[in-house]
Amino acid sequence: MSPKSPKGTANSGNVINLKTGLAEMLKGGVIMDVVTADQAKIAEDAGAVAVMALERVPSDIRAAGGVARMSPPELVEEIMASVSIPVMAKCRIGHFAEAQILEAIGVDYIDESEVLTPADEDYHIDKQQFKVPFVCGATCLAEGLRRIGEGAALIRTKGEPGTGNIVEAVRHMREINQDLKRVLTLDDAELMTEAKDLGAPFELLKIVRDEGGLPVPNFAAGGIATPADAALCMQLGAQTVFVGSGIFKSDNPANFAKAIVKSVAHFDDPKMVLEASKGLGEAMSGIEIAEIQDNMRMAKRGW
Amino acid sequence: MTKKKLNIGVLALQGCVDRHRPHIEAAGASFCAVKTPEEFESVDALILPGGESTTMLKLIDTFDLEESLKKVFAAKPVWGICAGSILMAETAYVSSRTNVRDLMQQREISPPCGRRDDSEEVQKSFGLLPITIERNGYGRQRESHNAVVDGFEVSFIRAPLVKAVNDNVEILASHDGTPVWLRSGRYMVTTFHPELTLSYPSPMHRAFIDLVRASA
Repeated sequence: MSPKSPKGTANSGNVINLKTGLAEMLKGGVIMDVVTADQAKIAEDAGAVAVMALERVPSDIRAAGGVARMSPPELVEEIMASVSIPVMAKCRIGHFAEAQILEAIGVDYIDESEVLTPADEDYHIDKQQFKVPFVCGATCLAEGLRRIGEGAALIRTKGEPGTGNIVEAVRHMREINQDLKRVLTLDDAELMTEAKDLGAPFELLKIVRDEGGLPVPNFAAGGIATPADAALCMQLGAQTVFVGSGIFKSDNPANFAKAIVKSVAHFDDPKMVLEASKGLGEAMSGIEIAEIQDNMRMAKRGW
Repeated sequence: MTKKKLNIGVLALQGCVDRHRPHIEAAGASFCAVKTPEEFESVDALILPGGESTTMLKLIDTFDLEESLKKVFAAKPVWGICAGSILMAETAYVSSRTNVRDLMQQREISPPCGRRDDSEEVQKSFGLLPITIERNGYGRQRESHNAVVDGFEVSFIRAPLVKAVNDNVEILASHDGTPVWLRSGRYMVTTFHPELTLSYPSPMHRAFIDLVRASA
């Protein structure tokens, strides 16, 4: 389907329920960043529900500096050919031409991601124009609703990527939970003022209030490095976790991958999370957020 | 005297679990997410939900659940949806209709998980229904679509494709010449997702719960 095609009908497949539907199928799982076909196979073999095909994991993007762009198409294709699970790939914020390329390749989900260098400081991609679903980061409810308004079918936290530090993802989960609690108590008159104050679309805020939650699934991403980190995010309300550098920058990627999958499946059972946490070796080394220069804080990219 | 409420379990290792609750409750039964051997024993029937079949197989193995599952399979009604229908098939081919094979040859990529050829690799399944199914047989997410089945608009999401059906399997609905809703004895499969688009309870949930009542 051409991204230029008008709003879809049931038959074209460009409908939101198919986009959120795939996210529903990924619930209770782990989505792993991979940079080679071999890593993708390790991830699939460990029980990943999907992989994110990347040229570099976030911690290496951070170390390399410069402009981080969409991965080379050949790499994404190679990873798609290597595994049977869904394959996601990232494009830069606002870079709809990169997104068009990823859709032409046939990836299963596009992450319009702050991990890459933003291409547009004012506008995110008009995601309604695409048949392939999008996931976008959100630090709070309003940001999530703005992305959903643009057509995102899945929201994730914008935890500081490549740091192995969970604190920012936790902040975003807490923020979204607190915003939700407040919105659920508002009447229609209060809702309009809330929409104005938050900068969130009124109609979507009304759906949240009426349905009692977000209209799309909500996953956690950024800084997850251990089975306990994953269990923490799940207990805070995330429905699946993305793990970036945490797996392939650890001592034993295959073990870490399996352990995080186990932990997510039984996130609410401390004995099982304990089991998953044993015998793993060293997790990736972490970075204290305060040590990161402000212009390298990726969560601040996008609005 | 009211009859005891049926307890419908949904395998909750991974996938689309909670969306079944309102359908099951609207059909007058109780919903129960199951992932431990004790929980398996408490249910009257089991739904294997949509999700990733490779992940579910891995977790069944990791948590040693195969024996518990087989006990349920041997005695109780089971409904597999999408990934669940792959687990229930006699033969499950791994494939996604991309240019995978050409690409692998061109780039000399070794096939995943010991597979020799993208059309021939078979993944583990429990063989409850004598059908042959191809994973992602319609294609990738780009090929996901809504379609009208039996008068109801439902979603096919990276859905499996039923390629062959044994004589003793009843075809309850087809779409584009392919069976998409099938039954054999106390086993039922749908390759689409009635839980996502239909009002509560969906006709497929109702049919399954009728099946459970009939075999109780």
